[in-house]
Amino acid sequence: MADLTIPERIPINLVVNGERRALEVVPWTTLLDALRDRLELTGTKKGCDHGQCGACTVLIDGRRVNSCLTLAVMKDGAEITTIEGLAKDGTLHPLQQAFIDHDAFQCGYCTPGQICSAAGLLAEGRARGADEIRELMSGNLCRCGAYPNIVAAIEQAMSRS
Amino acid sequence: MNNFQYSRASDVADAIRLLAADPGAKLIAGGTNLIDLMKENVERPSRLIDISRLPLRDIEETADGGLRIGALVPNSDLAYHPLIEQRYPLLASAILAGASAQLRNMASVGGNLMQRTRCPYFYDTTTPCNKRSPGAGCSAMDGLNRNHAILGTSTSCIATNPSDMSVALAALGALVHIARPSGQRTIALTDFHRLPEDKPHLDTNLGSGEIITAIELPPHGFARNYSYLKIRDRLSYAFALVSVAAALELEGNAIGEARLALGGVAHKPWRSLEAEAALRGQAATPDHFGRAADLLLQGATARSHNGFKIDLARRAIVRTLMQAASATPQSQAHKKIA
Repeated sequence: MADLTIPERIPINLVVNGERRALEVVPWTTLLDALRDRLELTGTKKGCDHGQCGACTVLIDGRRVNSCLTLAVMKDGAEITTIEGLAKDGTLHPLQQAFIDHDAFQCGYCTPGQICSAAGLLAEGRARGADEIRELMSGNLCRCGAYPNIVAAIEQAMSRS
Repeated sequence: MNNFQYSRASDVADAIRLLAADPGAKLIAGGTNLIDLMKENVERPSRLIDISRLPLRDIEETADGGLRIGALVPNSDLAYHPLIEQRYPLLASAILAGASAQLRNMASVGGNLMQRTRCPYFYDTTTPCNKRSPGAGCSAMDGLNRNHAILGTSTSCIATNPSDMSVALAALGALVHIARPSGQRTIALTDFHRLPEDKPHLDTNLGSGEIITAIELPPHGFARNYSYLKIRDRLSYAFALVSVAAALELEGNAIGEARLALGGVAHKPWRSLEAEAALRGQAATPDHFGRAADLLLQGATARSHNGFKIDLARRAIVRTLMQAASATPQSQAHKKIA
């Protein structure tokens, strides 16, 4: 017989966009829900909630991941970077500026995930051209179809980084 | 997602103890498949045992010149590891053909072996599924079965194993190291996954209370003549209709050693020693590759919508072997098929 008692909330510490945040979560809280609903960082979007669209992409300890498929309790002590944490001292991150320069969105819903994913891609250093950008960004869908401009924006940021 | 208890294992023995103490418990590492299945109410564990912090992240050379890969190495770290890129590029290519960059960053090697089928009826709890509820019936058998298995099927289940990594591991002759309450055991990757038979709820031969601790690659990596070709409905980030891992040892144009495994066509990576034996000593020509394809596909059967896979697989096998023979492996970024 499964234990049906509701677990206690578990205290965790996260460093979110450079700021230490302490919170208590039930085990089934995803990192996405913790960021949006508990820490009120709603820049990270909930799209499919199944790891298929990439709208929830954030960086954990510098690596891009789907926050919808991540349990917050498992990331106790981790450093999280969301779209809100990319600009520094009032200056846009080069990827944010490149997305504006290239009009790399229409509705904008996928954009935070696209930009966080692209930040992960640049850090990985595996993409050298447009084909590789397309392949390594395939985890981020854009239903508006802004892909050509997204690739152009990432090429710009890549050439300047 | 159901409510569940959470435990963090302090070491492998602790994880085994926690598993034994709660029959409804599941291990979690990357969580990319398990959390998805929990959101669909397909998996409803009473407890998640977090093994993600266990020290199973090393990639080490073995005494015989092979490699031992810890079960918690993320898929991306394995694909981009210099020793894998140099000595086992077939494995690197297969891993990079699967999932997305985000998921590869999260998913562990052990979890990749444990991932479950993407049969839509398995995911849809409103439809009967023998894999989800033994004895309930199979909705795919006479349903939309375009993506389903053509080899090793049973009257209970025509689901496929979705892993790309496992197809390359099968071709390379990898071993799976397993810890259990009474010690350890090692089995061949090709014996790790099972055919559905009349027990499709069992994907693998991993016993209850057992944990994958490592994958071992034998010394021979086929780094010169190999290719992994994945055919799917979109160019990236989709499961295989058919995938082929091919590796050859060539002396001139003569085949010394051949390895061949298929993905997307069966409940486990599909390998045929007979097909490989038929290639040994032969010239690397399309005719010989076609004969090996016929042997590998021997016994293939189709349901109403997946008959195309048999022809597709035959052509893909020949193509992949040609790519391997000419040392022009399929690129996973540039989609042109050489």
